[in-house]
Amino acid sequence: MTPTLAAHKPSAASAAAWTPKGKLELVCPAGTPAAMRAAIEAGADSVYCGFADDTNARNFPGLNFSPAEMAEGIAYAHKRGVKVLIAVNTFPRAGEPAAWHRAIDTIAQCGGDAAIVADIGLLDYASEKHPNLRLHLSVQAAAANPEAIGFYIERFGVKRVVLPRVLTVSEIATLNKEIACETEVFVFGGLCVMAEGRCSLSSYVTGCSPNMNGVCSPPSHVAYSQENGNFVSRLGEFMINTVPGGQPMPYPTLCKGRFTANGETSHIFEDPASLDASLLIPPLAEAGVTALKIEGRQRSRSYTDAVVRALRGALDQHARGLPINARALMALSEGATTTRGAYQKTWR
Amino acid sequence: MSSNSATVPELPGVLAFGLRPLPLAPLAAALDLVVKSAARRHPAMFARLGDQAGKRFLIEPTDLPFVVVMTPRADDPEILVVRRGEEPEADARIAGPLGALVGLIHGAYDGDALFFSRDLTVEGDMSAVVALRNALDDAEIDLVAEAASVLGPLASPAERVGRLAASVAEKITGIAFARPRSGS
Amino acid sequence: MTPSDTAARPSLTLGPVLFNWSPEAWRDFHYRVADEAPVERVCVGEVVCSKRLPFYQDDIPGVIERLQRGGKAVILSSLALPTLVRERNMIKDLVAMPGVLVEANDVSAFPQLAGRPHAISPLINVYNEGTLAFMEKQGAVHVCLPPELPLTAMAPLAAKATTATIEAWAFGRAPLAISARCYHARVHGVSKDSCQFVCNKDPDGLEVDTLEGRRFLSVNGVQTLSDGVVNLIGDLDAVTACGVSSFRLSPHTCDMVAVAQAFRDVLDGTITGAEGEARIAALMPGVTFANGFLHGKPGHQRIALAG
Repeated sequence: MTPTLAAHKPSAASAAAWTPKGKLELVCPAGTPAAMRAAIEAGADSVYCGFADDTNARNFPGLNFSPAEMAEGIAYAHKRGVKVLIAVNTFPRAGEPAAWHRAIDTIAQCGGDAAIVADIGLLDYASEKHPNLRLHLSVQAAAANPEAIGFYIERFGVKRVVLPRVLTVSEIATLNKEIACETEVFVFGGLCVMAEGRCSLSSYVTGCSPNMNGVCSPPSHVAYSQENGNFVSRLGEFMINTVPGGQPMPYPTLCKGRFTANGETSHIFEDPASLDASLLIPPLAEAGVTALKIEGRQRSRSYTDAVVRALRGALDQHARGLPINARALMALSEGATTTRGAYQKTWR
Repeated sequence: MSSNSATVPELPGVLAFGLRPLPLAPLAAALDLVVKSAARRHPAMFARLGDQAGKRFLIEPTDLPFVVVMTPRADDPEILVVRRGEEPEADARIAGPLGALVGLIHGAYDGDALFFSRDLTVEGDMSAVVALRNALDDAEIDLVAEAASVLGPLASPAERVGRLAASVAEKITGIAFARPRSGS
Repeated sequence: MTPSDTAARPSLTLGPVLFNWSPEAWRDFHYRVADEAPVERVCVGEVVCSKRLPFYQDDIPGVIERLQRGGKAVILSSLALPTLVRERNMIKDLVAMPGVLVEANDVSAFPQLAGRPHAISPLINVYNEGTLAFMEKQGAVHVCLPPELPLTAMAPLAAKATTATIEAWAFGRAPLAISARCYHARVHGVSKDSCQFVCNKDPDGLEVDTLEGRRFLSVNGVQTLSDGVVNLIGDLDAVTACGVSSFRLSPHTCDMVAVAQAFRDVLDGTITGAEGEARIAALMPGVTFANGFLHGKPGHQRIALAG
């Protein structure tokens, strides 16, 4: 067998400039049409969203867009000069790829500005079938070095990579010098401690995984109870956390629970802190990042409104050469504790 | 617009106490009308609930003496009001101060944050709770507009009266009964 | 006639040692495997942490030679999460070695591997036929599927495979996640950069229990594995019937030669799946076994043998 390896041929349409040079693009979550309108109103440069099924990694009940809502949302956004990036970032089920192919086809048909894809087979399908559809590499592909990213550019013509949350700012700067596409990084919101798209913790506990079902620690398997005056959270059969009555209780995302190892009980994997890299906007811009992404398609529109407004303000301050206001986002963080995550090496 | 407990108003105790002896039938009838009307006005919200629409929810304003029992089926929504302690079996229970519940319906508060700060208690079928939260959040409901719309041709003047009443009630209770406008 | 009647005899692959074993233990383990284990392929190399490699690097050529002398095909495993320049360059050294197949544990190995025969590890996301076809086009001749894949996904993949051997994760704690953060270092209160190689204390991983004392996960440096030991020995008939033709056994400190022999005997029909289960249970007292992933259930569950 001699493999034939055709490199992706870039199309004329995709050569056009996407973001004005030197301006950081603010990419905002849109879990519902209302949240999309809230994000746009609050100052999003682009919004990202997904279809209401297991083709995207935020497949929560009551969330996301029907194809008709997607078309309306795109029209609404485009009228206001805002781009719509659509995540089809789970891994198609073997023997049943039709729903994923249909999602890609729908994006192309209704004028979505980019598809955010993780699966190699689906990238292959999208780049073959819709050569003019702009492709972004989802964080779920966890492409963290020039060779991996280069592979996706070369084979599928991806124009942007959403970087996994494993790199420091200085590593991102080095990376940007070595790759021929844009980078998008998370600036605020929930934080995966594991390399995204390479984690089966949720399916080990619940049978539902981010890769296959688009859910992590799904609400269908969450149970809360009062036990001996304590408030207890469980995921499936496993206790994730317990707090004294009345104290704050984070959602039982399993990698943020408290467990015992080596005789000590702690948040072994990660504290229930959320990412806040707003103070790192200047060095991230300096590092050559194109876009800053806010996590949180599963959050309410009031949260979306507040976070987008605060980060819009921070980006505008940065653009005017002013320092970033550190306190603006504090109150919005789950548990009011935040981390700069992997952007700082000490996190490891 | 943050949502730590300091910002969720509690209904004044005197007011809650005063509500205790009131008969529930007229309230239930009014709520029933509002919900049936809402089902007509917001089909997308009920569609969004998907297969969670058949679940029975207990909505429990902890500062009031009664509990709302709701099954948000698109074709046949059901709503009951019962006294605390007389609740039927349900799939999920959402409990919190009336202000938090109303704020949640209006999208003024973030459900996750309210839950984290324990202003809100949720129990039972979490898929149902999450679906309801997401559907409500997308629907951009305004309780005053919903209530007024029940009156058909009189809706518009009724809404004006309602907004006035809501702002008076807000002054007394601290609870925004009309949906705060975006950006507030 | 069922497909398994016509298929070639299913083969066994010994996966790479994922844990931080002492160089002597690592070398002696492979020597014994070379001489005694009834497996067709053996994966050699550091997958989890590049800092461990210098300890046994000098033993690798000798191990490869001994394995080849013992009639085993050698597969060289690449790193799962290369980020440093030194780590990224490791793949070039692997590809330069003659007479062995290189197994990609990360997409970053593809530019080096494309166009030449290679293997795909269970840490690469092959979930569907589109991805499998692309991998085969690139030159993949051996694909071990991700441990979380159920039988209902393995079947269409095995049916669509044209040139690649399809392998299932059949024995060993399932690798569930990989991170930039080292949990061994975190648990021991040391930094990743000055970790003192604390992971060498746990040659099968460090147990992580719930607050109720229930066994849950295990930690191996930057890797998180299941606590339950995946064991498909009772499911081999069903898995081979759907066209999967190779099974991966992931090394633990138990008698892996005996584990391999049990799998070999069940595959050859010398003993039943139930007898195989009993043999392996006797080798690993106190261990929880799991096969939930295969059955589309939570991975920690153990679905009993039918009949």
